[in-house]
Amino acid sequence: MIGYIIRRILYAIPILIGVNLITFILFFMINSPDDMARAQLGAKQVTPELIASWKAERGYDRPLFFNETVEGIAQVGDTLFVQESLKLFLFEFGLSDSHRDIGADIQRRMAPSLAIALPTFLIALLTNISLALLLVLFRGSVFDTTMMVVAVMIMSISGLFYIIIGQLLLSKLWHWVPISGYQSGWEGVKFVLLPILIGVVAGIGSGVRWYRSIFLEQIHQDYIRTARAKGLSELRVLFWHLLPNGMLPILTGVVVVIPSLFMGSLVMESFFGIPGLGSYTIDAINAQDFAIVKAMVFLGSVLYIVGLILTDISYTLFDPRVSLS
Amino acid sequence: MKLTLLWSDILIWSLFVVVVVWGAWLARVEQVRGIWHRIFRSAVAMASATILLFYLLVALLDSVHFRLAVASSDAQATRHYHAQMQTPLDRLLLHTIEQSERTYSAPFATQEYTRSIVVDPTGKTTQRYLPLVHVGSGEDIVSRSLIALLWGLGIAGGMIGLHLLWGRGREATPLPWWSAYLTFGVLVVLMVWLYSLSHSYHVFGTDKVGGDIFYQSLKSIRTGVLIGVLTTLIMLPLALILGVSAGLFGGWVDDAIQYLYTTLSSIPSVLLIAGGVLVMGVMMDNNPQWFETTQERSDLRLLFLVGILGLTSWTGLCRLIRAETLKLSQLDFVTAAKAFGVGRWGIMRRHIIPNLMHIILISVVLDFSGLVLTEALLSYVGVGVDPTMYSWGNMINQARLEMAQEPMVWWSLLCAFVFMFLLVLSANLFSDRVQKVLDPRNKV
Repeated sequence: MIGYIIRRILYAIPILIGVNLITFILFFMINSPDDMARAQLGAKQVTPELIASWKAERGYDRPLFFNETVEGIAQVGDTLFVQESLKLFLFEFGLSDSHRDIGADIQRRMAPSLAIALPTFLIALLTNISLALLLVLFRGSVFDTTMMVVAVMIMSISGLFYIIIGQLLLSKLWHWVPISGYQSGWEGVKFVLLPILIGVVAGIGSGVRWYRSIFLEQIHQDYIRTARAKGLSELRVLFWHLLPNGMLPILTGVVVVIPSLFMGSLVMESFFGIPGLGSYTIDAINAQDFAIVKAMVFLGSVLYIVGLILTDISYTLFDPRVSLS
Repeated sequence: MKLTLLWSDILIWSLFVVVVVWGAWLARVEQVRGIWHRIFRSAVAMASATILLFYLLVALLDSVHFRLAVASSDAQATRHYHAQMQTPLDRLLLHTIEQSERTYSAPFATQEYTRSIVVDPTGKTTQRYLPLVHVGSGEDIVSRSLIALLWGLGIAGGMIGLHLLWGRGREATPLPWWSAYLTFGVLVVLMVWLYSLSHSYHVFGTDKVGGDIFYQSLKSIRTGVLIGVLTTLIMLPLALILGVSAGLFGGWVDDAIQYLYTTLSSIPSVLLIAGGVLVMGVMMDNNPQWFETTQERSDLRLLFLVGILGLTSWTGLCRLIRAETLKLSQLDFVTAAKAFGVGRWGIMRRHIIPNLMHIILISVVLDFSGLVLTEALLSYVGVGVDPTMYSWGNMINQARLEMAQEPMVWWSLLCAFVFMFLLVLSANLFSDRVQKVLDPRNKV
C-alpha cells in the first residue's frame, strides 16, 4: 500500500513538470520578461537599463532553458525554467506585484474558501443522491419525467443568474441574510448561508441527472433482481443493495474534486466578497498579477493530482475486487 | 458597398458550408438517414432543433460584414467607405441603432426611467421624467400589436403551408412536424411583433447610454453561437487525431498522448483559460499592427479566446475516443481487416472513425451548451470576449451593477437570461435526444 502510494507520487512528478512547462511557456516565452517589465514599469518612461535592472532584481535575467555562460550541470540548472520550477516545487511562490508574500496569502485565504466549498460539497452530495434515489424509486412515472425536465432547465441557467437572483431576493428584498461579507467563527454563519444555498441549487440539475443515470445502470443488474426475488421491499433494495453498489462509480467522480475544494469558487467568492482563494485568483487576473496566477495554476494541479491518487486509494478501500499493483 | 469579411465570418460560413455538404453526402447512406429519423421522431427534438436553427440563422446573418460607401456628389472621385462595418442584421435593425436615447428606459416606456433636473426658462429647477425622443405616444401599442400579430400569423401560416404542400406524402413514418410548426409559429409571431414595434418603441428598454437592448440581445447571438461552434472546430480534430492514434498505435505514442492530456487536464480549466487570455492580451498590446480597426481587434480577441478554449477542452473527448478505439481495435472486424492486409490508415478511416461518430456527435452538442455558459462566466471573470463586443456575458456583467441601483434596472439582465436560456435549453434537450438514440448503453 505505502509502496503504491510512493510510486503514484513519483508518477505525479513528470506531470507537474509538464504543468510547469506549460505555465512557463505561457508566462515567460510568449510573454517575455521584457514584456512583463514594460507592462509593470509603464509604457512611457521605459529605458533598456530600467528593464535590465527590473529583470535582475527578480532573477529574470537568466536564459530560458540553456545557459552557455557557465560549466557543467549548471548549464541546465542555472536557467530561468529550472529556477522557477524548483521554487514552485518547494511551494515558494515569491512576492506578488504588490510585494506581498503569496504563500502566506494563500495559507490565510484557504479557511474562508473551505467555509463555503466544504458545506456546499457535502450538502449537495446528500441532496443530489437522495433526490436521485427518490427519482429511481418512482422511475418512469410522471413525477420522474417532470423532475428530469426541471433538472435540464436548472442546468441550462448560467450560475451567474442564481447568484444575482439569490442576492436580490434573499438579501435585498427579504433581508434574510447580509448581501455580502465574511467573518470567521460562528458569527460568520449568516454570511455563508446564501453562497452555500446557491451553490447547492445551481448544481442540483446536473448532479441529480448524473446520480440517477448511475443508479439506473445498476437497477437492471442481476443482484437487484435477486434481492427483489427474495421478497425485499423496494426501499430496502434501494438502500441496502443499490446504494452501496452505486457508490463505486460515484467515488470516481466525487473523490477527485475533494482536494480542489481548497481552491474555492471563483465567481461565488467574488460576488459575496469572501476573502478566499477564488476571489484572490479573480483579483489577480483583473490586476494581471502573473505571479499569483502562476502559483494558483500550480497549486490547482497539485490538488487535482492528489485527488486522482485519493480516488485510487478509495477504490481499494471500498471495492475488494481491486488490489493495488 | 465593400465586403470586408472578418476571420470569424469566413470560418463560420465555411464551417456551415462544409457541414451542409457533408450532411447531404452522408444522407445518401440509409443507416445515417435512419438515425436522424429516429432522433427527430421526438417532438422535443423537433422543437429544440427549430430554435437552434433560428439562432444559427441570426448568427449567420450577423456574420457578413461590409462597409457602405460614403455618399458623394462627385461621381469621378475615388470612393470612400465608412469605417464602421455593418452586417445584414445591422441593416435590418438600423432604426434601433439610430433611435438611441439619453439613458435608461423601461421596455415600451414613453419616458425615461429616472428623473432628471430640468431648468425652465424662468430659472426654476424641477425634477421630472423626460419623455423619450424616438418613441410613439404609447396609445398605438395595442393596434400596432394586432396588425403585427396578423402579419406574423400570415407569414408563419404561409411558410408552414408551403412546407406542408412540399412535404406531403414524402415520408413513410411521419415525423412530429406539428411540434416544429408550433415552435416556428410562436417564434415568427414573436419576432414579427417585436420587430414591427421596435420601429416606434424600445421593446426591451434601453441601457445606461440609451442603447437598445433588443438590438444588443440579438447581436449577442453571434458571439454565443460562434464561441460554441468554432471551439468545436479546434477541439474536435485534436481530440479525434490524438485519441485514435493513442488507441490504435499504442506504445510510446499512447504514453506521450496520455501524458499530454493528463497534464493539461490537471490544470484547473478556468485558470488555464485566464492565463492564456491574459498572455494574449499582452501580446495584442505589443503587436498593434495585427488589426486595423477596433472591430478587427475584438474579432481577433474572439478568435484567440476560441483557440484557447479549444486547446483546453479537447482532453475529455480525447480520453473517451482513446478508450473506444482501444475497444474497437480488439474486435473481430478490425482483426479481419488486418488479416486482409488493410493498412493502418485504411482501418482508421473505414473501421474506427465511423464507429466513433456517436461519441463525437453527443459530445459536440453537449459541449456547445457548456461553452455558451462558459462565455458568460469568462466575461464576468474579465477574461471573456472584448468588452466592446455584444455578448450575453457582457450584458450580465453590466446588469450586475444595475441591479444594485434604486430603482432597479432589470430588463437588460432578463433579456440576456431569456436569450441564453432558450439557446442552452434547446441545445441540452437536443443533446439528450441524440444521446438517447445513439448511446448503445441506452438500448436496455
